[in-house]
Amino acid sequence: MATIIEINKEKALEVKNFEFTYAGADTPSVKKLSMPVAKHNITALIGPSGCGKTTLLRSFNRMHDLYPNNKYSGEIIFKDRNILTSKEDLIKLRIQIGMIFQKPTAFPMSIFDNVAYGLKLQGIKNRTELSTRVEKALKDAAIWNEVKDRLKHDANGLSGGQQQRLCIARAVAVEPEVLLFDEPTSALDPISTAGIEELIVELRERVSIIIVTHNMQQAARVSDYTGFMYLGELVELGRTEEIFVTPKERLTEEYITGKFG
Amino acid sequence: MTHTQKRIIINDIVMALSTLSALIGMGFLFWILSVLIINGIDALSMSIFLNEGAPPGNSDGGLKHALIGQLYLVGYASFFGIPLGVLAGTYLSEYSQKSKVAEIIRDISDIMMSAPSIVIGAFVYAVVVAPFGHFSGWAGTIALSIIMLPIILRTTDDMLQLVPSTLREAAFALGAPKYKVIVQVVYRGAKAGILTGILLGVARVAGETAPLLFTSFNDNFLNTDMSQPMASLTVTMYNYATSPYEDWQKLGWAAAFILSMFILTLNILGRVFLLKKRGKR
Ligand SMILES: Nc1ncnc2c1ncn2[C@@H]1O[C@H](COP(=O)(O)OP(=O)(O)OP(=O)(O)O)[C@@H](O)[C@H]1O
Ligand SMILES: [Mg+2]
Repeated sequence: MATIIEINKEKALEVKNFEFTYAGADTPSVKKLSMPVAKHNITALIGPSGCGKTTLLRSFNRMHDLYPNNKYSGEIIFKDRNILTSKEDLIKLRIQIGMIFQKPTAFPMSIFDNVAYGLKLQGIKNRTELSTRVEKALKDAAIWNEVKDRLKHDANGLSGGQQQRLCIARAVAVEPEVLLFDEPTSALDPISTAGIEELIVELRERVSIIIVTHNMQQAARVSDYTGFMYLGELVELGRTEEIFVTPKERLTEEYITGKFG
Repeated sequence: MTHTQKRIIINDIVMALSTLSALIGMGFLFWILSVLIINGIDALSMSIFLNEGAPPGNSDGGLKHALIGQLYLVGYASFFGIPLGVLAGTYLSEYSQKSKVAEIIRDISDIMMSAPSIVIGAFVYAVVVAPFGHFSGWAGTIALSIIMLPIILRTTDDMLQLVPSTLREAAFALGAPKYKVIVQVVYRGAKAGILTGILLGVARVAGETAPLLFTSFNDNFLNTDMSQPMASLTVTMYNYATSPYEDWQKLGWAAAFILSMFILTLNILGRVFLLKKRGKR
């Protein structure tokens, strides 16, 4: 049915037979889905609205557990264990698997405190260590030059694109192994978008990345692997150039050529 | 007459009527305020703040007992009412969300908010004053706390719910435990709103008279023992203003003026916090 490429490299994550049903829904939003996620690569998830991209993405850091009565089954393997079990420590998991949201989510505090937030959660109190790591994260997120003179200012005073890079800085500050991006540029202008894309590509050296996007050019520009989802299923996963040039599934081809979606 | 002309005329009429109504309302407001200010300032003097109550005809009577009693009553009521209200509001918004229990608590709070305060006074009279056999500052404090609680609870609940859930999710996504998400992120986001709720709650009880008549009653002298009847600005004002003695009536005006200015300040502060918050968005 589905064409899913074998990945012979090391894997950051591996989804096996994962199925997810929202509380109160009668049909699953993600159906018996299996896919590998290559380490230190960028995997893009594309597909029409409502096909389950966000649902799948939010399963990797167990975000769904914030709301009651969602049902899921199958396995998601991360560091040799299934993270879907009840004994999984969600706090540790979410430190290792970070997430960037569609809209920037700057906390109502200073720029510095935003980036230091995750570090403080881990018990880092030493001022100099905090400052060095905040500075490094802001540099990694390519926003240091714009904010270095106003670290004490309210983060909500930044532009949307700057806020999104601040959120990326906040996420990379805790040195996660995987970063999940859910349409990180859909609320941004083209210039900010280009900046974020560049940043994501650079981050690949240190983290494994999964990015959900509606923008097929974006998937083609930034990702190494692309997965096409449709109605809760993964139709095809392959190397990005192959998906966009020589897709193996008819549905994938129809979607990327704009016949639907 | 064309359709557009008709609409313009109707628009003008509605506009004129609503402007007129607003002017009438403002007129009364300023009338009340100016009478209050003229009589109040006239009655103000240093001795009002330094002297306790005195028998009528005795020119050196003051309001010290009522001012301090008022501070005790409102202070203790805030001491209990604010944390309880904020915590209960937090429970509703952050822990129980749309559960049945939460809905029932919300409904009860709404009913309590619109319940006449005298009913709450009578209730506290029955469960506190009557069993102990006498009026007391504590009874007044309890009545005021009960009145304050639903106001603070509901505003806290509403203001916390206005904080976007993505902000909470972002904090959880960094590995924050729930209580830290609430205290460090959600409270911060709702700070101005919660503060406004607190100020409005305090302002509301600061102006209450009826429930105090049933509970803390009154005292013409300074008393800081909460287990005894206690003077308050409102009840003192009621007693003095309705007395036939001119010097007492004057003190009544002074009490009314001080109390109104206090409540006005709280309300303005509350508005300022909200405006500041909106200005930032
Ligand atoms: N909280 C929820 N409760 C119930 N059903 C939901 C919920 N969130 C999403 N769904 C349903 O699950 C399915 C998948 O939704 P999801 O948000 O994962 O899609 P998506 O691929 O991310 O779409 P989009 O591109 O529009 O973001 C949809 O049919 C949606 O209606
Ligand atoms: Mg989505």
